[in-house]
Amino acid sequence: MSKKTKNICTGIAILLAIVLITLFDRDVIGNAYVKRVLNLAAIYAIISVSMNLVNGFTGLFSLGQAGFMAIGAFSVAIFTVPAEYINSIFYLEPMAPWLAAIRLPFVAALLVGGLIAAGLSLLIGYPVLRLKSDYLAIATLGFSEIIRIVFTQMQTITNGALGINRIPGITTMWVPFGAAAICIGIMVLLIHSSYGRAFQAIREDDIAAEAMGINLSAHKNLAFAVSSFFTAIGGGLYAALLTSVDPKQFYFTMTYNFLLIIVLGGMGSVTGTVIASFIITGGLEWLRFFDEPLTVMGVTIPLFRSGLRMVVFSILLMLLVLFYSKGLMGQKEFSWDGMYAWCKKIKGRLSGLSKKKGGA
Amino acid sequence: MGTQVLSVSDITMQFGGVVAVNNLSLHVDEGEIVALIGPNGAGKTTAFNVITGVYAPTNGQVLFQEHLISANYPRGKMKKKYLGEADTADKYHVAKSITPDKITKLGVARTFQNIRLFKNLTVFDNVLIAKHMRSRANFLSATFRLNHKEEKQNREETMKLLEILDLADVKDEIASSLPYGKQRHLEIARALATQPELLLLDEPAAGMNPQETDELTAFIRKIKDDFRLTVFMIEHHMDLVMEISDRIYVLDFGKLIAEGTPGEIQNDQRVIDAYLGVQKDA
Repeated sequence: MSKKTKNICTGIAILLAIVLITLFDRDVIGNAYVKRVLNLAAIYAIISVSMNLVNGFTGLFSLGQAGFMAIGAFSVAIFTVPAEYINSIFYLEPMAPWLAAIRLPFVAALLVGGLIAAGLSLLIGYPVLRLKSDYLAIATLGFSEIIRIVFTQMQTITNGALGINRIPGITTMWVPFGAAAICIGIMVLLIHSSYGRAFQAIREDDIAAEAMGINLSAHKNLAFAVSSFFTAIGGGLYAALLTSVDPKQFYFTMTYNFLLIIVLGGMGSVTGTVIASFIITGGLEWLRFFDEPLTVMGVTIPLFRSGLRMVVFSILLMLLVLFYSKGLMGQKEFSWDGMYAWCKKIKGRLSGLSKKKGGA
Repeated sequence: MGTQVLSVSDITMQFGGVVAVNNLSLHVDEGEIVALIGPNGAGKTTAFNVITGVYAPTNGQVLFQEHLISANYPRGKMKKKYLGEADTADKYHVAKSITPDKITKLGVARTFQNIRLFKNLTVFDNVLIAKHMRSRANFLSATFRLNHKEEKQNREETMKLLEILDLADVKDEIASSLPYGKQRHLEIARALATQPELLLLDEPAAGMNPQETDELTAFIRKIKDDFRLTVFMIEHHMDLVMEISDRIYVLDFGKLIAEGTPGEIQNDQRVIDAYLGVQKDA
C-alpha cells in the first residue's frame, strides 16, 4: 500500500469516528445506555493505555491503578461539587472549610488530581520501583489499598465511606472522547520519543539498558509518574461520568479490569489496548443477558441467574489466554498494511473453503 | 607508554565466604589492547562487573582517568568476615561507588558474555537507544518533539555507525533474528554508540568458529583505530589474544599470577601450569 492510500484510509477512519460520535451524541442513533457504555469505554481506554505504559512498555508489573484512579476521582468530586450542595452531602461531619472555599472548574480539578497522583507515585516509586515482577505487583497493590482506606477515613475531606454525589456530570460525549484522544496521543508521542525507547530498553533487558547509560530509577519513576497522572485523569472523568464516587468503587478488583484489557489487547500495543477496552467494556454489558432468567419452550433453564455472566466471561478469558497468549495485537500496532494482509488472508481462506465445497 | 585510562588497585570481591577476586591490581593505558585471561571461574567477569559498577568491591578502588568509579574497604560485618589479602585491608578509607549508567556516561562501554541485546527491538533501535544518554532533551521536550533537530542528528549518526560496522542492510530486522556473529557485532555497535573511550569486551569470540574469530580480530583492530579506543577484553581464544593484545593479565582463583606481553606470557611457567598447559594437553 502506498503512503497516500494509507493517509486517505486514516482520514476516512477519523472522519467516520467523528461522524459516529456526533450521531451518538445527538441521539440520532443508539440511546442513553449505549452512550454511557461508549463513554465508559473511552475512559477505560485512557486508564488502560497508561497502565500499559508501565506494564507493557517499561516492563514493570504494577497493580496500583485503582488507587491512582481514586485520587483523580476524588479530586474532581471534591473540587467541582457545587458549593450549595456541600452541606447536604457532608451531613455527618462538615467539609473542611479551607477545602470548601476552593471551587475549581472541571479541567482544573482533573489536572490537580493528575498532579497529586503523579507526586504520590514519585514518593512511593523511589523505594518500590527497585523491586521486580511479583514483588512490585504486591507493593503497588498494597499502596492502592492504602489510598482507598485513607480515603474512607478522611471524613472531612472525602466524606468517608458515604462518598460524594451530585458531581456535575459529563454533558457531551466529546469530553471523554476528546480527553481520550489527547491523553492517548500524548502517551503515544512519549512512547515514540527517545524516552519511550529507553523504557522499552528497560523492559527488554534492564542490565543492558543500564550499561547503555540509561538511569534505571529515573526512567522507571518517570514512566510510573506519567502513568499515574493519566490514570488519575481517567479517574476524574469516571467520577464525572457516574456523578458520584465512594471509596468502595476503587477496590483492587477495579485494577483487574484494566489488567484484563491490556492482556487482551497486547502488552506493549497502544492500538490493541484501545480496541480491547471497547471490546471488554462492551462485551461485559452485552453478556448481561446471561444474568437474566431464560425460558426456552416453557422450560426455565436453571443456570441463567445473576452471576452467570461473570462465569461465562471468565471462561472466555481462559480460552483467550490459552489460544492468544500475546493478546490481540502482541507488541504490534495497528497498521493499514496489517489490516490489508489480514483481509486477504480471510478472503483466501473463504475462497479456499468454497473451492473445497465445489470440488466435493 | 601513554597515560593510564583505567587503573584498578587492590580489588577484592568477596561473596559471603567466597573470594571471587583477590587483591587484583592492573592498569590499562591509552590506546592499548589489553587482555584478561584465566581458566573458567577465575573471576574475570567478576572483575569486569566491579569495573563497570555492577558490583561494589569489598576492598580496593577503581579509577577511570581521573574519576573515582568505586572505592571500598572492609567495614561493618565484612570487617570480621574479610578473607582477602590482609596487608591492603587498611589501605583505603573511602567507600563510594557510582551506578553503571554514570560510568557509561564517563566513557566506559561494555559488552556481555551472554549476549544481552534488546531482543524484540530492531537493530536500528538497539543502537539508537544508546544515544539517549547524551540527549539533552527532557521528557516534555522529547514528547512534544521540541528536540527534533537533536533526534534527527541522532538518527543520522546511528545510520552512519551501522554503515561503518556493516549492519546497515539489516537495520530493520528484529535483533534476536540475526545470526549469532551479527548479534555480537551489534552488541559492539551498540557499545560504540555511547561514544566510549574505553571499551570492555567480555568474551567477544565466545561460540565463534576460527574464521569468524579471524574476522573479529580484524574488526576489533579496525574499530580501535577508527574510534580511537582503548580496549580491555576477556577472551578464551588464545590465537586471538596472542595476536591482538599489547599486554596480557592472567588470573587464577581470583589472583593475578602473571602479566606481560604475549611472548612473556607464553613462556611463563606458572601460566603454563595453570592454564596453557592444560590447553596443550587437550
